[in-house]
Amino acid sequence: MRENVVIRTVSRLSIPFIQLFALYVIVHGASGAGGGFQGGVVLASSFILLLIAFGLSGIRSRISVRGIRVFAAAGVFIYAGIGLLCIIYAGNFLGYGAIESALGIPHLHALLIDIVEAGIGITVMAVMISIILDFADKEGIRRD
Amino acid sequence: MKKLALIAVIFIGIILFWAVEDMPAFGDPDASANQYTAKMYIERTLPDIGIDNIVTAILASYRGFDTLGEVVVIFTAGISVALLLRRGEER
Repeated sequence: MRENVVIRTVSRLSIPFIQLFALYVIVHGASGAGGGFQGGVVLASSFILLLIAFGLSGIRSRISVRGIRVFAAAGVFIYAGIGLLCIIYAGNFLGYGAIESALGIPHLHALLIDIVEAGIGITVMAVMISIILDFADKEGIRRD
Repeated sequence: MKKLALIAVIFIGIILFWAVEDMPAFGDPDASANQYTAKMYIERTLPDIGIDNIVTAILASYRGFDTLGEVVVIFTAGISVALLLRRGEER
């Protein structure tokens, strides 16, 4: 890829703000406009900008391609794990009210929704990055 | 074969546009969705769940199992693309 100082500098400056905004969108899901799906895509878009500006070698040195798949599975695991936790506390699958009434902590229901949203965000981010890396890499990963 | 596909698409399209007539008008207060379910969610989200955002309450709590399925669909899509395009990575 051709060197371009303007693109690299602007993306180096804006990527932290995009990622911060993505985390805000994920965490803000329970009390305003936001949620895991939207925030995950915004977070993935920052890595796509990284790929556009710095190329495949640039993104390989910053994130682990193998680890991305672990993240994709971890998000689903968090979501289903919260659901199974509700069964342990004598409720239905994904019935968060059972944990709240068993532990007696107020607002636990909203907190569990936030954790579930974070799981959604992790999965969406990891899958988006995984797909874009698969399409960007024409010669296959065997090269490195 | 192409003509047959075109005829099928046009036929199904006409049926779909025909069915649109029977849908309730946008924002119709007499539609059954606006009379019972919407009212129920607006009344019960705060006492049931304790969060302000009704959309998130429906997405993550009332329809939590549906959303789990959506996440699994996205995960499956990512794994499928990796399986199809990422050949020869594992030894």
